[in-house]
This record gives sequence, C-alpha cells and structure tokens, in this order.
Amino acid sequence: MSEQAFKKTIRSVIAASSVGTLIEWYDFYIFGSLATIISTQFFPDDKSSAALLSTLAIFAAGFIVRPFGALVFGRLGDMIGRKYTFLLTLVLMGGSTFAIGLIPTYKTIGVAAPLLVLLLRLIQGLALGGEYGGAATYVAEHAPAGKRGFYTSWIQTTATLGLFLSLGVILTTRTTLGVETFNDWGWRIPFLVSSILVVVSIYIRMKMHESPMFTKLKKEGRISANPLKESFGKKENLKMVLLALFGAVMGQGVIWYTGQFYAQSFIENTCKVDFAQSRTMLLWAIAFATPFFVVFGSWSDRVGRKWIMLGGMFLGLISYRSIYQELLDVTNDKNKMEVVAEKTQSYESKLVTGTADSLTKTITIRKFEDGAVFKETKTDTLYAEVGKVTIKPTIKMEKTLGSHDYRWMIFLVFIQIIFVTMVYGPIAAFLVEMFPTQIRYTSMSLPYHIGNGVFGGLVPFISTLIIEYTKTPDNPAGQPLAGLWYPMSVAAICLIIGIFYLSNKIDQNVKDEENAYIHHQ
Amino acid sequence: MSQLRKILGVVWMLLGPATILFLISQASHKISQPTSTTNDILQWGIIITIFVPIAIGLMIFGYYAVKGEYAEIEE
Repeated sequence: MSEQAFKKTIRSVIAASSVGTLIEWYDFYIFGSLATIISTQFFPDDKSSAALLSTLAIFAAGFIVRPFGALVFGRLGDMIGRKYTFLLTLVLMGGSTFAIGLIPTYKTIGVAAPLLVLLLRLIQGLALGGEYGGAATYVAEHAPAGKRGFYTSWIQTTATLGLFLSLGVILTTRTTLGVETFNDWGWRIPFLVSSILVVVSIYIRMKMHESPMFTKLKKEGRISANPLKESFGKKENLKMVLLALFGAVMGQGVIWYTGQFYAQSFIENTCKVDFAQSRTMLLWAIAFATPFFVVFGSWSDRVGRKWIMLGGMFLGLISYRSIYQELLDVTNDKNKMEVVAEKTQSYESKLVTGTADSLTKTITIRKFEDGAVFKETKTDTLYAEVGKVTIKPTIKMEKTLGSHDYRWMIFLVFIQIIFVTMVYGPIAAFLVEMFPTQIRYTSMSLPYHIGNGVFGGLVPFISTLIIEYTKTPDNPAGQPLAGLWYPMSVAAICLIIGIFYLSNKIDQNVKDEENAYIHHQ
Repeated sequence: MSQLRKILGVVWMLLGPATILFLISQASHKISQPTSTTNDILQWGIIITIFVPIAIGLMIFGYYAVKGEYAEIEE
C-alpha cells in the first residue's frame, strides 16, 4: 500500500472509530450532566440531597455494569471481530439514550419511570463497556510501529470531547428554551439528539473493514475459542490484567473523573458558581486542553508510556488540595470588596393554596468590585399560626464571577485536565501493547472499565459521601476538601505500583513478539 | 528491583484484607447509627459489593508479586 493510500485508510479508521466512541461518551455523559433535573423528574423526594444520591447511585450503576459490558462484548470482539462488536454497542447505546428521552415522568407513570431509567442506564453502561476496547484495539491494530500512541490518542480525545459535546448541547438547549422550559421538558432534547448522531456514526462504521490482525488470525484459524477463560483463567494473562488495573488504570480513572466531573460538581455545588458559568468554565478548559491528548500520546511513542502516565498521577496527587482550596478562595465573598451601595433586596409573598400560610421569597443581590455578583434566594413559609416558624428556610446561592476570576478558574480546571491528558493520552496504546491479539479486546477492556468505571466513576459518589460524614452540628457544611482523599489515595497506591512494576518499553508491532510483558511468560 | 517487587507484594497482600476490614467496619458503624436510613444501607451495600472483589484481586496481585511473577518485567 502506498504511503498516501495508507494515510487515507488510517485517517478513515481513526475517524470512524473516534466519531462512534465520541457519541457513546456523549450519550453516557448527558445523563450525568443532567443528574439534578433527572432526579426531580424521576426520583421525587422531599430531600433534594437524597434525590441526588439516588441519581448518583444510578450514575454509579451505569459505571458498575461497564466491566460486565467489557466481558460480554470483549468476548464477542475476540470471537467474531472488532468491527461488528463495536457496531452493536453503538446501536445499544444510541437506542437506550433515545428511549430515556421518551420516558414519561414519575408523576405520569409512577414507579415504572425510575425503573425504566435504571434499566436503560444499565444498557448504556453495558454498551460503553464494549465500545472503548473495540475502538482502541481497532485503531491500534491498524497503526504502524512507532506511531501507536499518536494514532490511539485520537480515540483518547473522544471521552473528553463527548463531555464537551454534551455540555454544549445542554447549554445551547437551555439558553434557547429558557430555564423553566428546559427543566420541564427541554432536558429531553439532548437525549433525542443522540439518535441523529448515532445513525450517522453507524453509517460511517458500516463502511469499515475488519482489523487486519484479527482478519489474519481468523484466516489462520487462531481465534480464541474462549477469550474469558484465556484472559482470566490463565495466570500469565490474569497477572497482567491485575497489573494493568492496579498499576495504571485505577489511578488514571480517578485523575480523569476528578479533573472533569468532580471539578464541575465542586464548582457548582460547593463553590456555588451559577449553572452556566460552571459549565462554560469546563468547556473552555476542555477546549484548550484536548490537543494535549495527542501531544502526550505522540510523545509516548518516543519516551515510553509509563512515566508520562505516572507523571500525571503524581502531579494530581501533589496539587489537588491546593487547586481546590484556591477554587474555594476565589469564590469566597470574604476575599472580595463589596460595593455596598449597589446591594439590592426584593421580597415577594404569595398565599399557599388552601391554607392561611404564605410562601415568601427574599432575593438579595450583592455586587463586588471585581465584577462578581452573588445572588441569594431565601425561600421561607410564613405560618398563620402564632409562634410556628420554619426550622430551616431554603437558601440558594448563585455566584457569577468577574472576568478575572472566571479566567483564573478556567485555568485551574485546565491544569487538572492537563493531568488527565497525561494519564489518558498514552493509555490505549499501553493497554493494547500489554495483551496478545487473540484476547486483546477482552483483556484490556476489563481493567480499563474497572479502573474508569468503578474507581473513576465513583469519585463524585464516594467524595460526596466522605463530605457527608464530615458534617457535624458545629460544622454543618462539612469539610469541603475531604472528598479529595478518595482520588488521592487511589492515585497514590497506583503510582507506587506503577513505578515499581510497569515496564517503559514500547511494543513496536503488537504482534506479540517483542512484548515486554508477554515475552517473559 | 525484582527483590523490591517481591517485598512490596506483601504490602499489597495485606492491603487487600485491610481494605475489606476497613470498609466493613465503616459500614457497620454508619449503619448502626440511629440516624441511618435505607439509603445508607444501600450505599454501603453497593460499595462493599464492588470493592471486596477488587480487594481480593489486589491480594492475588500481591501474591503473584511475592511469587516473583513480575520479577522479570523490564523496567
């Protein structure tokens, strides 16, 4: 094949794989990004935090089933081929996402609504579990020696770009429809949009050929008869699966989710930055940082994968507390000069239907010299009965930052995403090179999805839980930075294992002859 | 390095059961609180169900390390 024809082929391979994977990530993330709204639509609860936890639990369920998806589809991919397997995952993901957008609310169909959401969310998790390993393997098996990190890094951009796309579609829909309409039914649009993206992606993928290495194996009759047994039943492979998980992927997973999901959640829920700003910050940071996936992926072809990945973990480990403390300080009104003359307060009251009580709303707007505007909405019930008062009125704070602080916060998120690009950019090539072709799809998918899905996907859930446990009567808000202990501990253990056990050698051809891990079996 | 890998294997072998014990003690402490809810039981049930097999995997990893299974991996 001429160089020009090869370049054309590899570009279409990367495009077909990346677009599909990007859409799968998009589908998966819109649920997480709309967790608060979904909780009110499908999980009615008097306590909003309980409703949110229910959603997070389902969010986690989505991640927990990912390893099972890795097993189911990994096995299929190693037996029938990469192409048809990741086509199937795309159809399942697109179909379930579209269906979530159509489910009637709890008010309409009762408990069937959350059950349906849970079921479809589980299907999404299964599909995602099968997608990534297929796409990474497919691209890696087309890539020439010495460029595997570079080519697979395009697949690595898709997880972050999927998040970018989901946030972009959500923000555009919300801005176009208005907040009330969006919260009422507009949130369904990002789910429904998925169907168009999936159809386009299926069309592109249908035109692709099977991976050359898999085709060769098939011709030679060397396809694994039982990839699960070979991957996890044989000590030689199981030990590498464990090494991949504990020495690389679990640390990568927590760095990934801390840098993107936890950062956004922290900025919105702890720092109280308003909905739009907290999301546009992430969008800008992602836009600036995404090229670094390719930079680090490509660099890993020259210097090896190990130290780049471990470098990202180390930097996250030593800097997270400072970064998150800075996020708190930047949004703290005690560090700002208030323009007292511009403080406004409005008050409205309306009678609660069927009672003599009134619902009052007090809105206080404070402006600061740096351009920040803090809006506090206090909702209370004024009881007709003498002496009866609300124990704890609802107070909602929305902070809109001035341009300097806004840019500074984008930078703080950007740094975290740079760590993400370091751990994530080279990891597809690293995993692909670790396992033999016959069982590659199965063997690399499982540790990847345990590391990402379980360790990473549970970062928001476990961190929220840790903060809940630090709450005391004297400190009802808890320790805001306590949640970081979870990702930091996991990253620290992974870093130590990675330093002592991983090889920095690059497998030049993934044809299993020069593999640093397989060679010595 | 290969000796160090074997010695560290003991740490991973111990870290596995230590994690399981820590999780179970935390779960029983939190669930036994009078303020605990069904949600607490559910959350801890999920966490233990997921992390116990992973902790066992860490023990196996440590065992392999002690046995020298990773001793020959090139640095």
